[in-house]
Amino acid sequence: MGTEQPTLVAIPALNEQESVAEVVRGVRQAVPDAHIVVVDDSSDDRTAEVSRAAGAEVLSLPFNVGVGGAMRTAFLYALANDFGAVVQLDADGQHEPADIPALLGGLDLASVVIGTRFSEHGDYQVRGPRRWAMRTLALVLSRVAGTSLSDTTSGFRAADRRAIELFARHYPAEYLGDTIESLVIALRAGLPVAQVPVTMHPRRTGSPSQTPLRATLYLGRALLALVVALSRRRPQMRER
Amino acid sequence: MTASYLLGVAASFGTVLFVIELLRRGILREKYAVLWLAVSAGLLLFALFPNLLTSLATALGFQVPANLLFLLSAVLLLLVSVQLSYEISRVESRTRRLAEEFALLRNEVEKLRREE
Repeated sequence: MGTEQPTLVAIPALNEQESVAEVVRGVRQAVPDAHIVVVDDSSDDRTAEVSRAAGAEVLSLPFNVGVGGAMRTAFLYALANDFGAVVQLDADGQHEPADIPALLGGLDLASVVIGTRFSEHGDYQVRGPRRWAMRTLALVLSRVAGTSLSDTTSGFRAADRRAIELFARHYPAEYLGDTIESLVIALRAGLPVAQVPVTMHPRRTGSPSQTPLRATLYLGRALLALVVALSRRRPQMRER
Repeated sequence: MTASYLLGVAASFGTVLFVIELLRRGILREKYAVLWLAVSAGLLLFALFPNLLTSLATALGFQVPANLLFLLSAVLLLLVSVQLSYEISRVESRTRRLAEEFALLRNEVEKLRREE
């Protein structure tokens, strides 16, 4: 653990030209020493150009592979370029770059640190089936982790060197795999997971798709992802 | 020698030839072709000797011989579709992996170009 090696801030982005530049600038201000990489998941808009102009390095995927695939690309990049830590945050401005140092601080105690949106900071609210899903996931994963994890689907997280090595090979590309399954993979590999409270902004652009049907579908897929992940064989950490 | 007998033999023989031709042209890969060759060979066998199906069905306790044929085809199709799902999942994950490696390499190349 520890963060002597340089930090990589990875921002998976799909059609976020309105918000990504501001996120990149926010990150540069919050952690000036960090290297910023925007993983452009084959956007149709000017996400790549805008990010580059804002001072980020851009990895452009040839076609859409989802957040999981985008993050695995970032982990491969981090592995190849010897980064000691990777911070993931969303390109839509939901996450507060000023919280990054707190996430990195959490790496002293754990290999994977999740920024939880359920705390006194911010005013993040979810209701209905989505809330039940998140509750259930939190309950089960907290049990598996042996520590309290209240926001298991948060896309604001940090990983240390050991987690980078694991994720570069095993980061799941399945829907919801990037959040839930990746935690299970880390826990199964024996990597400690912890959480720190973060501020949650309403998204700057776009709208969260929330109909009862979608929320229920989300619940089902989330639980399926969890059950499948838990029933898998444990991934092998390479001996070092 | 009824017309339906001749039709059955001709159709199953045609299937065998069709699979062999696909394999010969390199359209079908061997691992799939073997399966279809076996299927069409079995089909030809039953077409040539209809009594084979009848006695097999009676021995297994089927009242209508055709039901044995239907059962076998259903099971076969199920297995084939599971196998295809497996293959396509593997191909998809490999493609994704290639896309990721490609993004990294493209970035490297662009960086080198800029340095020149």
